Amino acid sequence: MSRWLPKIYLTLVYVLLYLPILVLVVFSFNGSRTGYRWGGLSLEWYESLFNNHAMVQAMWNSLWLALAAATVSTIIGALTALALHRYRFRGKRMLRGMLFVVMMSPEIVLAISLLALFLLVGLQLGFVSLLLAHVTFCLPFVVITVMARLSGFDESLPEAARDLGANDFTMTRTVLIPVIMPALLAGWLLGFTLSLDDVVVSTFVSGPSYEILPLRIYSMVRVGLKPEVNALGTLLLLFSLTMLMLSQWILTRSK
Amino acid sequence: MKEALLCLKNVSKAFDGKTVLDSLDLDILDGEFITLLGPSGCGKTTLLRLMAGFELPDTGSVTLSGHDITHAAPEHRPLNTVFQNYALFPHMSVYDNVGYGLKMEKRPKDEIRQRVSDVLAMVQLQDFARRKPHQLSGGQQQRVAIARAVVKRPQLLLLDEPLSALDYKLRRTMQVELKRLQRELGITFVFVTHDQEEALSMSDRVVVLKDGEIQQLGTPREIYERPANLFTARFVGETNLFPGYLAAVNDRAITLDILGLRRTLQKPAFTVREGEQVNVLLRPEDIRVLAPEDDHGLAGKVVERNYKGSTLDSVIHLEDGTEVLASEFFDEDDPTFDYRLGEPVRVSWVDGWEWLLPVEPEPVNEEAEGLAADA
Repeated sequence: MSRWLPKIYLTLVYVLLYLPILVLVVFSFNGSRTGYRWGGLSLEWYESLFNNHAMVQAMWNSLWLALAAATVSTIIGALTALALHRYRFRGKRMLRGMLFVVMMSPEIVLAISLLALFLLVGLQLGFVSLLLAHVTFCLPFVVITVMARLSGFDESLPEAARDLGANDFTMTRTVLIPVIMPALLAGWLLGFTLSLDDVVVSTFVSGPSYEILPLRIYSMVRVGLKPEVNALGTLLLLFSLTMLMLSQWILTRSK
Repeated sequence: MKEALLCLKNVSKAFDGKTVLDSLDLDILDGEFITLLGPSGCGKTTLLRLMAGFELPDTGSVTLSGHDITHAAPEHRPLNTVFQNYALFPHMSVYDNVGYGLKMEKRPKDEIRQRVSDVLAMVQLQDFARRKPHQLSGGQQQRVAIARAVVKRPQLLLLDEPLSALDYKLRRTMQVELKRLQRELGITFVFVTHDQEEALSMSDRVVVLKDGEIQQLGTPREIYERPANLFTARFVGETNLFPGYLAAVNDRAITLDILGLRRTLQKPAFTVREGEQVNVLLRPEDIRVLAPEDDHGLAGKVVERNYKGSTLDSVIHLEDGTEVLASEFFDEDDPTFDYRLGEPVRVSWVDGWEWLLPVEPEPVNEEAEGLAADA
């Protein structure tokens, strides 16, 4: 009895965690039109998903936004991490602390404050406001990822490059960036995923001109659950898993 | 007469108000193997970094073959560095690591290939060109670091404790190999170490540093046999230090009372007056241990013995409590000689091998000084 108890307990935990996801995946292949009865294997919902023009458009919008947000926040974040790592300056501790403030503060607070800011400066809500908002919440994650890599960075590497005749720029290009590349990629992937599935902040700062996927799904669900959403969820799951494995692979391969 | 290649004049450096180098002058001669020796924190690494250009001096100047390079960036100095932890580029192969400096000079591809394979052959790593640094052993990484630094044919090679991460046996091998390289290349080597044995065995000249000041500059023999002060005497090798009282001073000779023994010695270079005290230095290998029935020397007993393979090191307590370190070579006639602990012996030394130093006010610590002042 006592031998079985831990196993049963563990099984229950995992069932609770993964059953909903499993149900979603299974029902995405359900041929029945009326929700929760099994009607045989079918790819009907995938077909209707790709015929749903608004949905496909929202998906492309989301991908472009995530791509842009991840890239911009990786560039700014990497430079910030380098500055924090390399130099001593006034307000350094505060700057580092502020990063954690952005990371830890409730998303709703960030959302409201960003909206207030955009309204104040008269920025039209749409792609630009979404991009600025997404870069804001991705940035601390990138900075922390890159800083973790830099903390294990051998300080004599840049010196060795300079010693061998490289100027500061060449050293950065040929030594510094290649060495921290895994952290840059990991930070980029993290930013990409965060941007892709953000709902709260996006709800506040998006406009009718630029609809993104999470919001589209959310509005679809409000008028009743369509099996199309299951198909979409399965695709997103596959995509996230791929990204996750990719980032893990990059990080483990580099050390 | 060799000419000075690198000259440091009146160089000072402080970090956060703490002086690391204090108006230091040093000339490094063309083609020599010079070692900066000192305990950690003595400023030897800072001195090396000033030469490489990683640090700029607060005062003074650095000139290389007559050109002022005090403020030149590291990439504009015709000298190269071998780093303590090797600092090999982890994402590049051995070949690319070694070729990096030549690529920076924008040399033609063929020339780079030729020079890299030449230098890899010289350090016996021609078969490892495609490997990444992490696929090499410590000793191999060390050789790549050296190859990378010498492939540019610098006028001066700076080596920052390059052997400290290697085990004893490998360190011995690399010491010999470094000496061979230096002879073959004819490059001036500036070598930093805290290992006095390494300094003595490898160098043409040794600079003994303490608290950012040069204590002594000389050949290994001068440093060991004629130390300029107590610090050098104690830092380089083991030392017996006895008080000597000046019983008589003549024009050329002096008579000393050393632990009750009278010795007449040549007058030292510093001024001495009758009735004063001097420090008498004797290396453990200058000490002779005699049989207790001998009528020379001072009576004592053996309190410690240490078998060192080629020598037998012992500590002897004299009757007045003075501790004497002795190091004796095993001799062909008596390969089994040894001491019992507590064995009575007499201690003497080879006449004329005493080295005299003036008594220095010793800042052991401030508290002790304060007590002495009170007394």
